[in-house]
Amino acid sequence: MYSQTRVYFPYVSPFDPCPPIRVKTFQVNPQLFIGFQPENLPQFSPMEALRHGVLWPALYSPYAGRGDQEGLEG
Amino acid sequence: MTNTPQPIDNRFYEMLERLQAVDFVLVELNLYLDTHPNDMQAINQYNEQAEQRWAIAHEFEALYGPLTNFGHSYSGYPWQWNQVPWPWQV
Amino acid sequence: MWIYEKKLQYPVRVSKCDPQMAKFLMEQYGGADGELAAALRYLNQRYTIPDKVIGLLTDIGTEEFAHLEMIATMVYKLTKDATVEQLEAAGLGAHYAAHDKALFYENAAGVPWTAAYIQAKGDPIADLYEDIAAEEKARATYQWLIDMTDDVDLQDSLRFLREREIVHSLRFREAVEILKEEQDRKKFF
Repeated sequence: MYSQTRVYFPYVSPFDPCPPIRVKTFQVNPQLFIGFQPENLPQFSPMEALRHGVLWPALYSPYAGRGDQEGLEG
Repeated sequence: MTNTPQPIDNRFYEMLERLQAVDFVLVELNLYLDTHPNDMQAINQYNEQAEQRWAIAHEFEALYGPLTNFGHSYSGYPWQWNQVPWPWQV
Repeated sequence: MWIYEKKLQYPVRVSKCDPQMAKFLMEQYGGADGELAAALRYLNQRYTIPDKVIGLLTDIGTEEFAHLEMIATMVYKLTKDATVEQLEAAGLGAHYAAHDKALFYENAAGVPWTAAYIQAKGDPIADLYEDIAAEEKARATYQWLIDMTDDVDLQDSLRFLREREIVHSLRFREAVEILKEEQDRKKFF
């Protein structure tokens, strides 16, 4: 599965007051790539679908929180 | 009515989640079919799930009272609709 | 008309009394990109959108009310047994002065909900693009909310709501594609 996270590297000035965050992240999720959902995509079981918030794994987007994404030293 | 109501049993939560699961599939298929009205297989699945939903909801209502108001569920005596717990209380 | 169903769409559990998180969650209750705004936006736009898209707006608008009830449940559970001192410490002193523990349609900063948050331009593409943007903004809000709590039960319910924004966004994008098709082309298949 492709990554749903994108990164960019903001300009760092020597006069920035806070310790710089060198890597910033944002999300690009499946709805941006599917266009029009094709028929007969594989499905989760009903209980799995409820737990994932979606019936089709192709539309599923996990989100672990920013804590483990931002501030990765690039 | 004046007594503190008994906490509901584990079976309540299990059955509720089963109902939430089948209802969730129905929501998903419903939205999908709104933009894919010619997907026969999805329509068949929707109808099958709706039938299953009916059975699970009836089983739940027999134990824990009506799920819907305005005549879409039956009531025992006394009037069961306004008995606790409400969804945000469980 | 609408029929009420006496159950949540998805289970909501919170594992600690946390009135400050309740305050932050108000963004999705009475905020510009919150669930109330979403429900009212879609259910209002549907009167002036092409017939092919009315069902989708009706159904997503209805689902948004289920999400509003989930957010209300979170706020209710997070504040239910909090003391006045805890509410004050959480920045809810001003809220308590006006509302006690009553919920109120306001955002996380205490600004009351306003119809100015939602648009109805009467142009189907403009309205659907607003809807797509609203879903993406709500998805982002859910991300920031997930970032702000370490309550795994609360995170679980918030992840469900975030995923729903993604599905709704896809459906609105599909609605745009449907409207782009040539008039009644399907009839000639």
